Formats: sequence, C-alpha cells, structure tokens
Amino acid sequence: MTDNLLEGAKGDRALDSGYAQPPPRMGFFTDTSVCIGCKACEVACKEWNLIPDDGLALLGMSYDNTGMLGADTWRHVAFIEQDRPLGRQNNAVALMPTGPSASGHTAQVVAAGLGPEHGARLGTETGATRLAPSPDGGPRQPVGADGRTELRWLMASDVCKHCTHAACLDVCPTGSLFRTEFGTVVVQEDICNGCGYCVPACPYGVIDQRKDDGRVWKCTLCYDRMTGSQEPACAKACPTESIQYGPLDDLRERAAHRVAQLHDAGVADARLYGADPDDGVGGTGAFFLLLDEPEVYGFPPDPVVTTRDLPAMWRHTAIAAAAVAATVLAAFAGARR
Amino acid sequence: MAECHPVGFQWVMEAKARGATLIHIDPRLTRTGALADLHVPIRAGTDIALLGGLINHVLSNGLEFREYVVNYTNAATIVSEGFQDTEDLDGLFSGWRDDTSSYSTDSWQYEGVRVASAAGKREQGVKENAREAGERRSYQRHATERGHEHGSHGASLTDLHNLRRDESLAHPRCVFQLLKRHYRRYTPELVARICGIPEELFGQLARAVTENSTRDRTTAWAYAVGWTQHTVGVQYIRAASVLQLLLGNIGRPGGGILALRGHASIQGSTDIPTLYDLLPGYLPMPHPDSHGSLDEYVADDASETGYWGNMRSYAVSLLKAYWGDAATADNDFCFDYLPRITGDHSTYQTVQAQLDGTCKGYFLNGQNPAVGSANARAQRLGMANLDWLVVRDFSLIESATWWKDGPEIESGELRTEDIGTEVFFLPAATHTEKDGSFTNTQRMLQWHHKAVDPPGDARSDLWFWYHLGRRIRAKLAGSTAERDRPILDLNWSYSTSGPHGEPSAEEVLQEINGWRADGSCLSTYEELTDDGSTVCGCWIYCGAYAGGVNQTARRKPHTEQNWVAPEWGWAWPANRRLLYNRASADPQGRPWSERKAYVWWDAGKKKWTGHDVPDFQPTKPPDYRPPEGAKRQDALSGVDPFIMQADGKGWLYVPAGLSGGPLPTHYEPQESPVPNLLYGQRQNPAREVSRRRDVDPYHPSGDDRGSGVFPYVLTTYRLTEHHTAGGMSRWLPYLSELQPEAFCEVSPELAAQVGLSHLGWATIVTARSAIEARVLVTDRMVPVRVHDRIVHQIGLPYHWGRNGITTGDSANDLTHMSRDPDVHIQEVKALTCDIRPGRRPRGPDRRRLVEEYLGRAGITAATGTAHRTTEGHGRAE
Repeated sequence: MTDNLLEGAKGDRALDSGYAQPPPRMGFFTDTSVCIGCKACEVACKEWNLIPDDGLALLGMSYDNTGMLGADTWRHVAFIEQDRPLGRQNNAVALMPTGPSASGHTAQVVAAGLGPEHGARLGTETGATRLAPSPDGGPRQPVGADGRTELRWLMASDVCKHCTHAACLDVCPTGSLFRTEFGTVVVQEDICNGCGYCVPACPYGVIDQRKDDGRVWKCTLCYDRMTGSQEPACAKACPTESIQYGPLDDLRERAAHRVAQLHDAGVADARLYGADPDDGVGGTGAFFLLLDEPEVYGFPPDPVVTTRDLPAMWRHTAIAAAAVAATVLAAFAGARR
Repeated sequence: MAECHPVGFQWVMEAKARGATLIHIDPRLTRTGALADLHVPIRAGTDIALLGGLINHVLSNGLEFREYVVNYTNAATIVSEGFQDTEDLDGLFSGWRDDTSSYSTDSWQYEGVRVASAAGKREQGVKENAREAGERRSYQRHATERGHEHGSHGASLTDLHNLRRDESLAHPRCVFQLLKRHYRRYTPELVARICGIPEELFGQLARAVTENSTRDRTTAWAYAVGWTQHTVGVQYIRAASVLQLLLGNIGRPGGGILALRGHASIQGSTDIPTLYDLLPGYLPMPHPDSHGSLDEYVADDASETGYWGNMRSYAVSLLKAYWGDAATADNDFCFDYLPRITGDHSTYQTVQAQLDGTCKGYFLNGQNPAVGSANARAQRLGMANLDWLVVRDFSLIESATWWKDGPEIESGELRTEDIGTEVFFLPAATHTEKDGSFTNTQRMLQWHHKAVDPPGDARSDLWFWYHLGRRIRAKLAGSTAERDRPILDLNWSYSTSGPHGEPSAEEVLQEINGWRADGSCLSTYEELTDDGSTVCGCWIYCGAYAGGVNQTARRKPHTEQNWVAPEWGWAWPANRRLLYNRASADPQGRPWSERKAYVWWDAGKKKWTGHDVPDFQPTKPPDYRPPEGAKRQDALSGVDPFIMQADGKGWLYVPAGLSGGPLPTHYEPQESPVPNLLYGQRQNPAREVSRRRDVDPYHPSGDDRGSGVFPYVLTTYRLTEHHTAGGMSRWLPYLSELQPEAFCEVSPELAAQVGLSHLGWATIVTARSAIEARVLVTDRMVPVRVHDRIVHQIGLPYHWGRNGITTGDSANDLTHMSRDPDVHIQEVKALTCDIRPGRRPRGPDRRRLVEEYLGRAGITAATGTAHRTTEGHGRAE
C-alpha cells in the first residue's frame, strides 16, 4: 500500500482529518458465526434512520428478500445455503434419503431472476413413494445415488465498511461526505448535491443514490447515536452479539480471539475480512468474521480503494503536461530560430 | 427457537459459547438448526416415538439417575392390579369406553390410595373416590364435559400412609417396571422406522442427552407449539417430563422443560386466565351440579396434602377481591355469584356452536381466527352465522373484514347482503401505548411503562373492559333483580387519569397482589386466610407488590446481584426462579455437586438456603417424616420436592388427571401417510373430532383407500419476520418487505417428483380447502425414510391473509379441527395434503377442485373419525 493517498497516509483517520483530540476510532465487528438471521439489524436500522421501505419482492435467495445494500438498505442480511459441512456440525443429510442438492438449481434461478413458470400439471396422485426391497436384503438405498452429503446455512449482516481509505470521501466534490471524529464516514444529506461520483468510487458497491431524490445514502454508524454515547441501532438490536460495536482496536483483538476459538472447534474456514490494516483500503472500520470465501457473501475478495492510483495518475498527467509544455516551448523556441 | 424466539435465543448462544451442545429436532433445518451442533430431521407428529426411544435407551442401559428417581419420583409406587398397558391391549389402556369415547380411569390408580392430579382433570381422582354417590355423577360429568376441567389442582391423596412403595424398583407393578415394559419396543430401529431418524443419528442424540445428565451436568429441553399442537400434545410434554425425571433434570439449574410460548404473556393469560374453565391462580371453575357451596367446591378440589390443601384461603381471598365488602362469611363470600361451567366452551367447540346457530356473539381481542385458527374457513363461516362480532385489534384484520372480501365472498359461497352478523371494529392500543406487565415462560413478571399515547380512537384493553363494565353497571343501577347482584356488587373502582379516563394498571396489580385487613400489601400467599380478612386477586401472584412496591418493575443489572438475578422483575411463586428446586439437593439436603449447587440445607442454621428462594418449607429438615394424619404441606416429608403433588413426587406415571392415558404412547396424527407400526390403535383414541364434519372433513390415513390422494405431510409454522396471524406484522412495511409473499418449502426431490419450480406457484389441497403459495426449493427440507416408504414433508408458514401490505392465501384454510382431549388444541403441526404446480382455481372453481379431491379420496363424514381402531385384544372388560 502506498502512503501517498489523496486522503493522506494511513494512521489515525480522525487526527488526519483535523480533529485535535479525537476519541478512539469506533467500528463494527460482525461475527457471522453467531448470526441467526433474525434481521433485527435491518429493521432497527430503518426505524432509527427513518429509511423508507423499498419494495416487496420474493427473491428466492433463501430467506434473503433484501438482496443487497443500497440507498434504502443500510444493513443487509445474506442467507447462503451450501452443500458443505460447518466445522463439526452434523446436519444429518448424509444419513437421510436425499437426492441432488437444490443449491445449484436455486443459484441458477436467482441468477436468471424469476424463472419461467411451469405449466399447470394436474393430478399428482402418486402416493408416498414406496421403496423396492433391496435384492440382497440389505439396507434400502436412498433415492438419489448422488445424494447430498452436507448442508450448512450461513447468515451474515453486511454494512458500509467505513474504510480507512475511503474513496467515496476522496471524490466527493461538495464535502458532503466527511470523516467523523470517530473515524467513520458519513454523508451530510443537506449538502449532498446528488452528483453521484461516490457511487462508482466505492469498491464494495455500498453507497447508492435514492431514486426519487438523487442524493446518496448509506450507513452512518448511527453518528447521531454515537455522539450521544449510544451504540448504533443495529448493534443494540442484535440479540446474539453478532454485531459488536466498540473501539476498533478492542474489536480486532476480540475478533482474533474468536477466529482462534473457531479454528479450535474445527471451523477451519473461519477468517476475518477487513481487519487487516495493510489491505487495499487500509483496513475497514466495519469488519467481518466469515466462514467462507468473501465472494460467497457477495464481498470483493481483494478490495482496493478506487482512488489509490489517482495521485500517480495525476503525477503522470503532470509529467505528460510538462512534457507537452516543454515540447510546445521547444517548438516555439525552434520557430524563433 | 431462533426462528420464533430470537431474543431468548441469545441465552442459548451464550450457553453454546460456554461449551453447551445444541441439538435441533425439527422436520426442517431452521435458523435454529443453522446454529446447532446436531440437526435431527424427524417426520412431523412422531416425537413421542423419539422420546420413548430415549426413555427406553435410558431404562434398558441403566442410565437413570437412580438416587433422584427413587427418592423424588413415583418410580417406586405400586399401581393397582387392574391396570393394563397399551402393550397388553394393542394400543389402548384399561378402562376404554366406546360409549363415551373416553377412558374410565379407575384402574390407573395407585394401589391402596386414590389420587387426583395437580393439573388436568381432577375429578378423575377424588370425584371417583366417593364411590356410591359419586360414581354415576362423575361418569356423567365425564361424559358430557369431557376434558373441560383443566383446573390445576392439588393432587389429593387420601390415606397417604397406605401408599405402597418398593424402593428396590423391582416390584412388577411399580411404576419403574411399568415404564420399562411400556417402552421396551421403542428401540432405535423402531424410532428409525416411525420417525425416519437413522439409527446412527439417534445414537448420537441419545449419547449427547444422557452423557450430559449427571450430578455435574443437566440437560434442558425447549419446545414451542411444534410439540403442543397435536392430538397428543399434552402427552408430548409428558414424555419429555418422564425423560427429564429419569435423568434428574427437573428442579435443578440448567435442567427443565421450557415452554416457549406463542407470544408475549401467554403465560400470564393462563395464570390469570383468558381460559373459560379456570379462575385466577389455576383455581377451577365451579360446577353447577356439585358445587352448591364454597364448602363443596373446596372439598371437591382441595387436596388434603400438599400446598393445594390451602385452597380455601386462595378462593376466599379471590372472592373478596371480586366482591369486596359484599363478600362475607354469612353469604359464603358470594360464592354463588361465580358463573358455573356447563360444558366445553373452548375455541373449536365455540366455532361449531356458531355454525349450529347456538352461539350468537363473539369478542375477538387481538385474535385473528380468520387466518390463525385451524380450519379458517370454518371460522369464517361460523362468524357469518353470528348476531354480533366485536373485533379489537391494531389494524383491519381479516376477522373484521371477511364479510366483504373474504375467500368465501370471492368463491360465491357467501354474499355480503345475506350475512346478518353485525361487526364492530374497535382499534386497540399496543403494549408501548399502555402500562402493564408481561409474564414470560419462566413465570417472571416484567412491568412495561407507557411510552406514547395510543393514536386516535385506539384504547388499551384495560380501558375497554373497565369502561364497558362501568357502563353496564350504570345501566343496571337501581335494579333489584337477583341476577344483577353479581355485577352490581362487584368491586369495580380503579382510579382513572388522562382525557380518556385510563384506569391505573398499577392498582390492578395491587389488587392481584392483595392486601390485609388494614390495607397494607401482602407479601406472600402463605399469609392468605379463609376468614375474609385478606384480599388477593391471584394467589400465585401474591408478593408481586410486596411492601407497596411494584416488584415487577425492578431492573437491577446482573452485575449488581447474584447469577440467579432475583431483583430483575418478579417471578411467581414468591419470586422463585426455579420451581421444585429442593430437587437440586440430594435427599440429605446437600448439593448433588458443587457445579450444580442451587439450594441446600444449612444444618447449622437449621434452614434451607441457596442462590434462589427455596421451593420448600424453609425450616423442614431433610429427615422430617410426617406423622400419621398430617395435612397439607405437613404431610410431605423432607425428601419430597414436588410440593404441589399430594405425594410430593414427580410423576413418571399419571394415575389420574389425563384423558389419553397414564403413560405417553406413540399414536399417529389424525391424518398420517403411514399406519401405526406399534399398535392396531392408530390415533389417540381419546382425541376430539369435530361434530360439524360438513365443514371439517378428514383424510383417510395409513394404507386406507384414498389415502394416496393426500400423500404428503404438511407442517405449519412461523417465520422470524412475521407474528402469528399477521395482525402485528403484515401491516408494517419494514417487516413485510423482509418476507413479502406466502410460500411453501419443499425438498428438491419433491420438487422434481411433482414438477414444482423454485419461485413458481404451487397449489396445496386438503379436504378443507385449496390454497396457493410460491415455492422455495431448498436442501433444508429432506425427505424421510419411514416404514417401507419415503415420505415428503411440506413446510408452510401460516402468517398470510388477504389484508395488509403483504397478502396471500392462509395456510389454516387447509388445517382441520381435530384436537387433543385435555387442552383442546388443534393439530396443525402434522397433517396430510396434496401439492401440484400452478396457481389455484379462482371463484367457484376453488371449491370444485376440493370437491373433486373429496370424491377421489372417497371421503365421507365418517372418514378418519373412528376413535377405537383395534379390538383391544386381551381386554378385561
């Protein structure tokens, strides 16, 4: 990671932003291994921040009918059904008479949007399917020889990452997006002019324009609650402490401990996402404990602050401009001769 | 639990973080299963076979907690010679009567002693005790009001000293041996064949449960309506009780059987009941034929031993709370003013009475039967036959609008202009808009304060009922009619405040707590007297306002008190957090182990002490043995922890009080795709079936002709995002968008077999109706291998109806009204159905489709209604 980002060197975000004696950087640690998918975070977030509802659509993505983060969704709980085991958890599928998994099929449907409707096939007087006795008198075979063998159901609550190097902040021409004293990134709705530059700048696709007013909206980490020493609404509502709020240093320590605990419990895939200060965005203020690759949850595997190359680009541009200027000058100088 | 009780589930997650093993038994992998260490898929409706398998595993491997079982349960008690088990009679117990379709329970009694139960049907014990005079009367009551007295009661044991026990547990007629015999065929192989749980998986479950049940460790079972909503619902819980008692998991920290209730304060609404057959504190409703006086009422129902021996004090204090100064010893404390129970007035009987035209008016308070009750079509047709209907709710629920836009209007079965029911809709306040208390499943009362005023015309329930009573009293004022005295003499004065005259909820709680003659607040039910000098609205809640302080409003953080947290809210009785906690110590009064120490006998101070309030007479030493003729609690010895039972023991075997038998037995649901592998008796013989089978027909089951028309098992349930029949969630955009459409869940196998596509439509058909739902094809549904076949199960959330932001067909249009005989609960967790791709027919074609199915399956009014399906070989009668 280079040290010459537009937004400044990595270090104390709030200090860099001009706060004289900032409080510790605050953030979220979302431990998806204890998420029960209750979506209380989604509801609490909308209630507190007065976010409008955004449509009734059955998505078929397991129990996720929210889809993704957006202008009107600042917390989003993903549900992922996988034919894979979770640590030493036993979901008994291997012992049951199962056929092929639905998850591939489900994924196709989700990808294709609402698939074509099946015609009305009438009359299904099939009776319960009786198994033929096995010829050798041994145990009866399951219906599908290539039956499912494992099943796990992952849930994860996604949110704005409040990056150490926030491209949205870099590109905002009005100063609507600003760094708070807590090191978080917040949009000031009364200043945003709706230019939308920040939308493609976000490497996670978090910040979004609201269709009917053009301004951009995203998680504020409940800045208004934080200034009153209250924890954010989603963390307050979370019943299982899947969403933990606190000083980022404490959270990182806790998270590392939790990962070790899960590794001991046989969940070898447990890993942190966004906790590394040396990643492409300098680490995030909201980071996650995941049980699979980030892509599974819809996260970019290797996010990079989109303004990373801007200084270099400007430098190159400046050099190019200087070269052009020199050439032009040289041309004039030559012409005088 | 994670699905329906996500907030309570935080404690499960905390236990898991401390190393607890979490096991989830459910036909579907739910949000609970996602977090569990082990998920055990099961065929819906077969849990008694599973629990019986666990009981057999314990008994046949000698894994019971012997010292606990011998001392604290009725394992050693000898049962009368006349008792015959289901193993003898092909699925029936002795005493079956075809003429009443119920049991005569005499032969179930202990030898030498007659006993009534601490809950359930008390008349089975003491009533039948009065042999000459009582026999006929008792039988008549049983026949006409079968299953309507679930007053909880002190088991009455007369002649306790005649009780015969064999503490070696070897006597062939002792409860322990009866249990062994009853469950010996519930082998892992049988569990696999009935429940569809592979033997290996059952082995994992059995090991986990038994290895975690020792002096040092306890196992808890938590259930919700998945266990109760069956024609054998009560016996499900009994089966868990038997297992937990055998393993020593009752009355000890971390043990127990935890009922996760349907919604907030359901526990409170049984303590201070909205039930038709109970008075506050589980006092029974008096009977017209035998309860002419308070003396008769108390004599019938109070026990001679155990804490129910003080019933007269509880009853008199309640009558004083109702009728105040008007209630005196001279007029039997107005005992005559109490209504007498004349029959079964439970929900489903009431619906049938509406269809019959004998029930004319109906109050619905926060209830939406047009969506939430079994056979919702019958519910709507019943309401269409009323004179008047009052609906109090937050929003215009389906039960308030069926007359203009219900499914029967669409189908043409009903026409609005033909419906004579006058419907009143009255908006109600939510819990945030009023003061009051919630009682949770742990019997803990927690006070909530009003946060905002209710909008518009919305009013609290307290406001509605108080002012309705006040206006009725004003109309009757000056009346000299005898019949008006009970209303005019009522103690009906609460102070009111605000522009609408909101009554004080705190004053109601004070009255429930009760006061002494000098007006000071009582602090415990042990202060209650039977001379009229104490007033108490609910004896078990006495102490909730002790010292004139609202104890239920206490909010002391856990960091400032011990781990039992006695100063958070208030729990009945006497702020005990764990009932029967004497069992947490050994017979000598010492903790079973340091790790599980809870209450114990302090020999130096000569009293019981510990982390919680001991559930025992505080100074009764462990070596106390009652002298002959001792009464009430004094009749129980120092090793009898179950102080509400007349014998002080936990009942593995129930000699009286239940309709379905003294031991839980596996029966198939009312509607099942397979026969009963254990017995010729298929279903619970004592279950209730509807009288009005014109609107509530049943499917053929097992291998009967036509059963293949409805080959799939259907189970209904709730989602985290919605609340019961939707009145509190389908009108809220933030919740509706999270689960925006009615759907069913099917396995990929079933989808392939029937031709269902993910996100496509399915039509689900039963003999009651046909509904449509979107399809979710998911690995979380797995087929089960049962008997000689694969059974597919369909999951169907029941939240939806035609009103609100998110709408859809109601799952309960499909369900039927066959019921458990003890608590009259409907069986909506396991029934059969057919499923087919595509949307359901519109208009009158919907009924035509259902009728086509009825014809194809050959369903008549008699289908599925036989109570006894075995000859009962070897029957003594």
